[in-house]
Amino acid sequence: MHVPDGFINAPTSAATGVIAAGAVAVSLRGARRELDERTAPLAGLVAAFIFAVQMLNFPVAAGTSGHLLGGALAAILVGPYTGVLCVSVVLLMQGILFADGGLTALGVNITNMGIVTVVVAYALFRGLVKVLPRTRRSVTAASFVAALVSVPAAALAFTLMYAVGGTTDVSIGKVATAMVGVHVLIGIGEAVITALTVGAVIAVRPDLVHGARGLEQKLKLRVNGELVDAPGAEPAPVAARTSRRTLWITGLVTSLVLAGFVSFYASADPDGLEKVASDHGIDKQAEEHAVADSPLADYGVKDVDDARLSGGLAGVIGVGVTVVAGTGVFWAVRRRRTADASPTAVEGSSAEQPARENV
Amino acid sequence: MTASLEVSGLAFAYPDGHQALFGVDFSLARGERVALLGPNGAGKTTLVLHLNGILTAGAGTVTVAGLPVDKRNMAEVRRRVGIVFQDPDDQLFMPTVREDVAFGPAAAGLKGPELEERVQRALERVGMAEFKDRPPHHLSFGQRRRVAVATVLAMEPEILVLDEPSSNLDPASRRELADILRSLDVTVLMVTHDLPYALELCPRSLILSEGVIAADGPTGELLSDEELMRAHRLELPFGFDPRSVPAAPARP
Amino acid sequence: MGAGHAHKLYRHGHSPVHGLPPHTKLAAVFAFVVVVVSTPREAMWAFGLYAVLLGVVAYVARVPAAFLLRRLLIEVPFVAFAVLMPFVAEGERVEVLGLSLSVNGLWGAWNVLAKGTLGVAASVLLAATTELRELLLGLQRLRLPPLLVQIASFMIRYGDVITDEMRRMRIARESRGFEARGVRHWGVLAKSAGALFIRSYERGERVHLAMLSRGYAGSMPVIDEVTASRAQWSYALALPGAALAVCLLGWTL
Repeated sequence: MHVPDGFINAPTSAATGVIAAGAVAVSLRGARRELDERTAPLAGLVAAFIFAVQMLNFPVAAGTSGHLLGGALAAILVGPYTGVLCVSVVLLMQGILFADGGLTALGVNITNMGIVTVVVAYALFRGLVKVLPRTRRSVTAASFVAALVSVPAAALAFTLMYAVGGTTDVSIGKVATAMVGVHVLIGIGEAVITALTVGAVIAVRPDLVHGARGLEQKLKLRVNGELVDAPGAEPAPVAARTSRRTLWITGLVTSLVLAGFVSFYASADPDGLEKVASDHGIDKQAEEHAVADSPLADYGVKDVDDARLSGGLAGVIGVGVTVVAGTGVFWAVRRRRTADASPTAVEGSSAEQPARENV
Repeated sequence: MTASLEVSGLAFAYPDGHQALFGVDFSLARGERVALLGPNGAGKTTLVLHLNGILTAGAGTVTVAGLPVDKRNMAEVRRRVGIVFQDPDDQLFMPTVREDVAFGPAAAGLKGPELEERVQRALERVGMAEFKDRPPHHLSFGQRRRVAVATVLAMEPEILVLDEPSSNLDPASRRELADILRSLDVTVLMVTHDLPYALELCPRSLILSEGVIAADGPTGELLSDEELMRAHRLELPFGFDPRSVPAAPARP
Repeated sequence: MGAGHAHKLYRHGHSPVHGLPPHTKLAAVFAFVVVVVSTPREAMWAFGLYAVLLGVVAYVARVPAAFLLRRLLIEVPFVAFAVLMPFVAEGERVEVLGLSLSVNGLWGAWNVLAKGTLGVAASVLLAATTELRELLLGLQRLRLPPLLVQIASFMIRYGDVITDEMRRMRIARESRGFEARGVRHWGVLAKSAGALFIRSYERGERVHLAMLSRGYAGSMPVIDEVTASRAQWSYALALPGAALAVCLLGWTL
């Protein structure tokens, strides 16, 4: 599902870039609550795991390529915020090191494979854990379902982005069928791997599973022959409430922005509807030719053209906006972080300052 | 004078419910060299991880040079307590020896010539200065352990804690390390199964057994008490008589 | 990714490109790809010029063409897609060698292929001339939030640990007569994933504890300051600069 450079037009890439940068900024704040010393390397391990599973690519006819996504695993093991960060880091490193997924399409890729999978999987997971009995088995079962649904959800999100800003003329129906079809299958594989991994970790180190917090019993300690209550590991309910609320807000904002996209598309391309009509004629004509042999031809029901904004100065401006907005968000977060970070960090960044000004 | 390290009523259970420490009490005076003896599974490593706050006590307290080990003092405590882990490969993770030794002081904010000097001094103290630019994984096991000690010395700790320092060393490396440890003027707590090594280096020993301190006294006396030794599954090497060895000299 | 500071994509060398500070190289590659993507697809000659520019960089970096081409194979799934596009896309059609192809699809295929290939080639050149650790330092210098850099560096460390553990578990499996053949054995492999996860975590945890014990608090301490001189910056930015000139020509012509 890694989108290469030039596959999605510039305005859409820019807009998803803004969404991705915003989500990463929110996650950076949220992750500080989820991560402590012991879970920081776990986040790295989860990222490495995702990196590995995403390297197994199956080509998908009308999409780009399909593979396991890992968003659900990340959300359940390290929490939703850190999960988004893990997947984003994986995509960034894949882009830089292996050129898997274009650098300008990073926003599209993070939004699809990072944000959509994590938000869908975590919302489902939390809901299920609430409903099911409070046992370890329920956590594993909930992971299975969450992972199963998260993959086709990402495929749908991809299709939506393609409908909004695809630079090629493949009908949306074909893309949707091929993407969702293949990803339902991949979802099953993903569900098995996620459930087995979560199950194995929860059996040996329940303290490492973010999604299983609150299942632990209070520890009794024997000190010199007397039983003493151990202090609680952490104030779990408080953290859970705030993180859930922020999660909902993030979800809401994401869906609002996605909805905004669709309307943007509709209004930016007023002749789209007229086009559909004429395309149907062409479609019929086309079926008599080579396309009739294509296994995808039957699915071409409704044709949506690209927004035709890929040309023109809009492209350059759009990409410029992404870069500026992205940098701005990161910059703001950095500033905020350095402001309340330890004095050594401040020292470090002020030492960098003159070097940058030289440039 | 405040003690270098003070542990009182320390108890700890892992999240899976397994309790490893059941109220540990002891204290180390500044400059002392003490061995912590005990069979496998006695809780030695768990105890070590409490000394710099990596594990948080379920009950009881740990105090380092008057500073209680808690979230507020964590950075300072970690600078003062230097832990050398059992496997040097866990401890050495940078591409060159120099960068590895510089890691701790750089994290504490040192830079430039000051950092360079600190690295040089630490490496000289373990006799590894000429290996500065080599990758650690190209060194022999004994050399790697010495570099691991240097990484900790570079932070100029108050207490040096060594987990099984003599394991997997050939006799020559073992002796070289002993010479290095004797030359240091910091408080040393040495966790070990190697009883002759403890006798050679540490005037005082603690026996940790089943999560409590079972004995505390001069090393020679503890090792000569056959009943005590048997009760805690401690065994001397064949033919070794602790009474035939002069006790390690206490530091002035 | 042996030992966390060299990786398979890296090609050891002492060329001027290898010697550039990592953050200037990262900035240059990003800027270059942005420029390439913003070029109109009709300006075919511009893409040719971009390829020539990358060729010059590869020559200066002494990266052999065969190496570069082999690394470009990562693109194959996209190429398969691009080849399909003229057949499935809609719109006006042309006859080529007796096949009916969509004009739009041909342009789309060209667009994805040209821009994708140039992007991949630029990334491959970056990875070939920059060590992993340098890349991380570069990202840190470019003000990527420290938490992300931290996750990335743990990820790279675990890359090693996981492959190592995977090898050991495979040896253990095979020495007990198990061989993965076909779908029926996927279950066994899937079950290994959970065990692999725990084993990798516990090995990596010990390294992390050692780092914490030495005062690690979330970001790698800077031991050697990497600063880029004005000359180094202008040297690195020559690539996107030249590309920008080509791109502007592409828009005006």
